[in-house]
Amino acid sequence: MMLEITLQHRFAGFSLDVAFTAPAGVTALFGRSGSGKTSVINAVAGLLRPDQGRITVGGAVLLDTGLGVNLAPHRRRVGYVFQDARLFPHLTVRQNLLYGAKFAPGAGESSDRIIDLLGIGPLLARRPGTLSGGEKQRIAIGRAILSNPRLLALDEPLAALDEARKAEILPYLERLRDELALPILYVSHALGEVVRLANTVVLIEAGRVTACGPTAAVLSDPAHAAGLGAGEAGALLVAQVTAHESDGLTRLVSAAGPLFVPEVPAPVGTRLSVRILARDVMLATTRPEGLSALIILPATVRDIRPDGAAAVLVRLEAGGEVILARVTRRSAAALDLAPGKAVFAIVKSVSVAEGSLVSQGRAAAPGSRENR
Amino acid sequence: MTDWLTPDDWQAVALSLRVSFWATLVSLPLGLLVAYALARWRFWGKQVLNGLVHLPLILPPVVTGYLLLAAFGRRGVAGQVLEDWFGIVLAFRWTGAALAAAVMAFPLMVRAMRLAIEAVDHRLEEAASTLGASRPWVFATVTLPLILPGIIAGAILAFAKAMGEFGATITFVSNIPGQTQTLPSAIYTALQVPGGEGQAARLVWVAILVAMGALALSEWVARIVARRISGR
Repeated sequence: MMLEITLQHRFAGFSLDVAFTAPAGVTALFGRSGSGKTSVINAVAGLLRPDQGRITVGGAVLLDTGLGVNLAPHRRRVGYVFQDARLFPHLTVRQNLLYGAKFAPGAGESSDRIIDLLGIGPLLARRPGTLSGGEKQRIAIGRAILSNPRLLALDEPLAALDEARKAEILPYLERLRDELALPILYVSHALGEVVRLANTVVLIEAGRVTACGPTAAVLSDPAHAAGLGAGEAGALLVAQVTAHESDGLTRLVSAAGPLFVPEVPAPVGTRLSVRILARDVMLATTRPEGLSALIILPATVRDIRPDGAAAVLVRLEAGGEVILARVTRRSAAALDLAPGKAVFAIVKSVSVAEGSLVSQGRAAAPGSRENR
Repeated sequence: MTDWLTPDDWQAVALSLRVSFWATLVSLPLGLLVAYALARWRFWGKQVLNGLVHLPLILPPVVTGYLLLAAFGRRGVAGQVLEDWFGIVLAFRWTGAALAAAVMAFPLMVRAMRLAIEAVDHRLEEAASTLGASRPWVFATVTLPLILPGIIAGAILAFAKAMGEFGATITFVSNIPGQTQTLPSAIYTALQVPGGEGQAARLVWVAILVAMGALALSEWVARIVARRISGR
């Protein structure tokens, strides 16, 4: 395991008690504001000293209260990107970028490569006060990487930015993830970012870990629907582009059956991840006819869980894939849904993330392309 | 100018500048340390230290002068140690005037620096530490540049206060022309002599010019530094 974290800490009126392990890649700490995510990342960086705990990154022990090990922040080599960038106002962009490099043991990434990856070459001579929020955040990311860290820790790096700036930074984060062999711990309360970037999700609620595992598995488990937030429960499927049809639709084939989305600019044969939200799936006991929905998948009910006062989440199996459907209790009773029952899942919307090629080994993605 | 100010006047002005310069320079590191301790550290006796630093500000200067004489005079404990071990005599010397000026100016210097240190965003220092900077490095490369305006303001304030110091100086080191007669002491002496008003007025002009010059210089430097650290 790349990352092993066990922490216990008592704050006034709040206690943190988390334990999880994560493989290499991008690990998202996901939860609401105030759930304790930032405290976890602060403990990893050494800015919070927990009452008890053990933190290892790639085998290096950063903290072990049992053994009395507690590395100072400057010895941990955790590249921390703060929500508010925290660039040094008295230094130029170039000096900010290279600040950590002089302390870094060994050769890290070359600064030219990172400057190029983040597209910040034209900003080097500027001062932080003249930069936009998105530019500041890119400099902060570059500065953290150039300190040659063993782990990159990002604390809601996009939360303070508007939608346009978020859209500006996300592709850079994806490039970093795909081109650098650097483990990343990513704190967020935005599910879209998590789905797009992370291969492991750690769900945190009220200072406790409620789920930890591969992104697709955690997100499609109805048990975690409440933790993901209303309307966000859904399934991730792998699908392959089979045809671009003349009416502007792209036909995909998944294990669950054929899917249609608005034209995806990917050649036939490309494998993609697609996301189907539970609220976009209707159920029928007989194959419906005369319906506008294009995607109708035969499926079998696996289990049913309550989701709020009036709704249930139904977990379906279709050709070996899991699909979630959110229907009212009344409908579930009327259809007499029960485990093992054969149904038809009517999918109103499928989203594909651009750049979510499965061949890169990433579970992905919500999207800009939906067939609503 | 030479026919305007007598050599004795010049001597007083030069002595005041020398006393103020050294008083400011020597108390700078100590002032920074005390300001940092008061702003950042938690330790037993912090309020006592704070009180001690501010004491010269609220005591009558003549009391401070008396206490300096009692401690650093030739019969005082500190004065004897300095003379026996280092051969330094402060009483009735210009060095004593510098000590009196430094003590009187210290609270102002510490106050300006402390405010500057308290205004530094601690989160920037945290960011520096996560980038691999040890504490001394963080101080040298982040804290110090950011509090530079406060240090400059404190130093100028201390210099101006030292230039104007009178009560503690005359009590501790007396008013010896060429030795301890600073600008304020010279003005005071001139006013004691019948017909000395003219000389007093000339010295007052010098005092005003020096004060205004120091102020203008500090404004100018502070503006440059502020622009540099504002990030623009």
